[in-house]
Amino acid sequence: MKAVCWEGTSDVRVEDVPDPTILNPRDAVIRVTSTAICGSDLHLFDGFIPTMRAGDILGHEFMGIVEEVGSGVTNLKTGDRVIVPFPIACGRCFFCTHDLYSCCDNSNPNAWMAEKFYGYTAAGLFGYSHMLGGYAGGQAEYARVPFADVGPFKVPAHLSDEQVLFLTDVYPTGFMAAENCHIQSGDTVAVWGCGPVGQFAIRSAFMLGARRVIAIDTVPERLAMATEGGAEILDSMDPDVFYKLRATTGGIGPDSCIDAVGMEAHGPHIDYVYDKIKTMTYMATDRASALRQAIHSCRKGGTVSVPGVYGGFIDKFPFGAAMNKGLTIKTGQTHVHKYLPRLLRHIENGDIDPSFVVTHCVSLDDAPEMYETFRDKKDGCIKVVMKPH
Amino acid sequence: MNREDMGVNIGRVERWLSLVAGGALAAYGLKRRQAPGGAAAIAGAALLYRGATGHCDVYQALGVNRAYGRANGNAFRGDGTGFIADLGSDTRAQLGGHRGIHVEESVTINRPISELYRFWRNFENLPQFMEHLKSVAMREEGISHWIAKGPAGMRVEWDARIINEVDNKVIGWQSLEGSMISTAGSVNFDEDAHGTRVTVHLQYNPPGGRAGAAIARIFGEEPNQTIREDLRRFKQLMEAGEIPTTEGQPSGRHARKTPKTA
Repeated sequence: MKAVCWEGTSDVRVEDVPDPTILNPRDAVIRVTSTAICGSDLHLFDGFIPTMRAGDILGHEFMGIVEEVGSGVTNLKTGDRVIVPFPIACGRCFFCTHDLYSCCDNSNPNAWMAEKFYGYTAAGLFGYSHMLGGYAGGQAEYARVPFADVGPFKVPAHLSDEQVLFLTDVYPTGFMAAENCHIQSGDTVAVWGCGPVGQFAIRSAFMLGARRVIAIDTVPERLAMATEGGAEILDSMDPDVFYKLRATTGGIGPDSCIDAVGMEAHGPHIDYVYDKIKTMTYMATDRASALRQAIHSCRKGGTVSVPGVYGGFIDKFPFGAAMNKGLTIKTGQTHVHKYLPRLLRHIENGDIDPSFVVTHCVSLDDAPEMYETFRDKKDGCIKVVMKPH
Repeated sequence: MNREDMGVNIGRVERWLSLVAGGALAAYGLKRRQAPGGAAAIAGAALLYRGATGHCDVYQALGVNRAYGRANGNAFRGDGTGFIADLGSDTRAQLGGHRGIHVEESVTINRPISELYRFWRNFENLPQFMEHLKSVAMREEGISHWIAKGPAGMRVEWDARIINEVDNKVIGWQSLEGSMISTAGSVNFDEDAHGTRVTVHLQYNPPGGRAGAAIARIFGEEPNQTIREDLRRFKQLMEAGEIPTTEGQPSGRHARKTPKTA
């Protein structure tokens, strides 16, 4: 089959690889009908995530038709149309049974590696480094899905792939980011980063009772999309973001701040240059100017919610501000499984049509070019969907 | 070594006996100033240590705790959960204190104690998650034959017997005298807010003693990590019903070399 393989930093190729097979009783094999490139795939593309190996199949946002199931899977059958959550969860450990699916104890075959980095391992993820499982991803014609009796979620035929595909990651991720803010009716929420996760965070924040959402980015089409979602906008390259946020909130600051940017932030301030130098010389792993600004800007007693991906260590982390202002910091890989029934209901009710983020729909063969287009934010690129068949 | 490792597991009378006998033996050994005397002095020192601290490494490895009451010739467990049979073991003599390798690891499993205990008690199940074991065969009651994959593809075999068994609480075993390897182990099952805590103590003298251990380490058989990974697999098997794997999945490393598409 054809699969999108990571071959090194800025080197992604479509290669002919063997088809996946059932390896464990609770496995399924899915024929992939649609798969997307996630902003977090760009962290892999840019070489920011450790323990990638040349030849790894990428992709953790995918859906399709069940092709084959293992002997332990009784709730799915060949022909079912499913979306696949990006964290792999056993459904039975302490964490899964407490709705903390992305913290599953049992799905990472390389748990020892993650333990070296993080103390304890989180769930294995599709196509996202060996430290997080080393699982082949879904940017391919077929994909093996472990614990298929827990992960894959059936979707109704009348909804298009583009309407349900983002249930795999970016929609629940934006939603959880907003939910983590514990929004009270009338709150103001600031969102750094207007990629797909930011877009879904904006809309989810309104859905959960926010009166105002202020979106911060510098890419015109992303800001335009945020405006369509009802947000006010600020340019992230404007050195006065903090002052403007303070001024527009009556001197209080936003009630909650969402960092939907993550470890490869850009910014107008000296800290960005500092991060850039430190990461380029391997003295730090993550650039965190968005997170620093979110913590600095947040009102006292407010919440900073971080759906943005971080991998390792942040330098000059303003913990004094977080401590002295009494902030709550909420973060984590998304517990996708937990949100699926509710978010599917929102789609079916017409509360939201997630397909609004799609700007490019291409064949799998176009992957190498699309990774570059998406990374460089060329051609108005916000979300790429690929069709493997 | 953590505090728990140093816990008191020897009864009061035995501690005094250890102190007295250890003192006498050490004094005797030091006075003789010859090789046998040195051995006696060392043994005496070990006994002194044992008496002074109330802690016996060998007892710990065997899952034995004699710090509490004793009746009818059998020692009762300190927590009153049952008795320990057959305290006069030969392996105790073979496994001297810090000479061997002692591993303690624990894991919390979201399953009932009885299920985990039952699975473990059938030693034939152990190779399903203990990677260094090739097979375990139950022979007559309480005796089992173990085959392990030793360093450098070497096969290590021994017979073991159960020396301590309290339903849903603890299983202790040790190798029989004259085995290729002298080993002892125990597994404890305790209720915990997050499930069942399974604690394993393992002590063994690998072939060739310390040198053997060094070789084992070189070959990636570092005992602590081995047991830790074994317990992780036990948990995966019990909770998820299978051990996660990526072995056999496709990758570009197995690509049929065709021209890239872009």
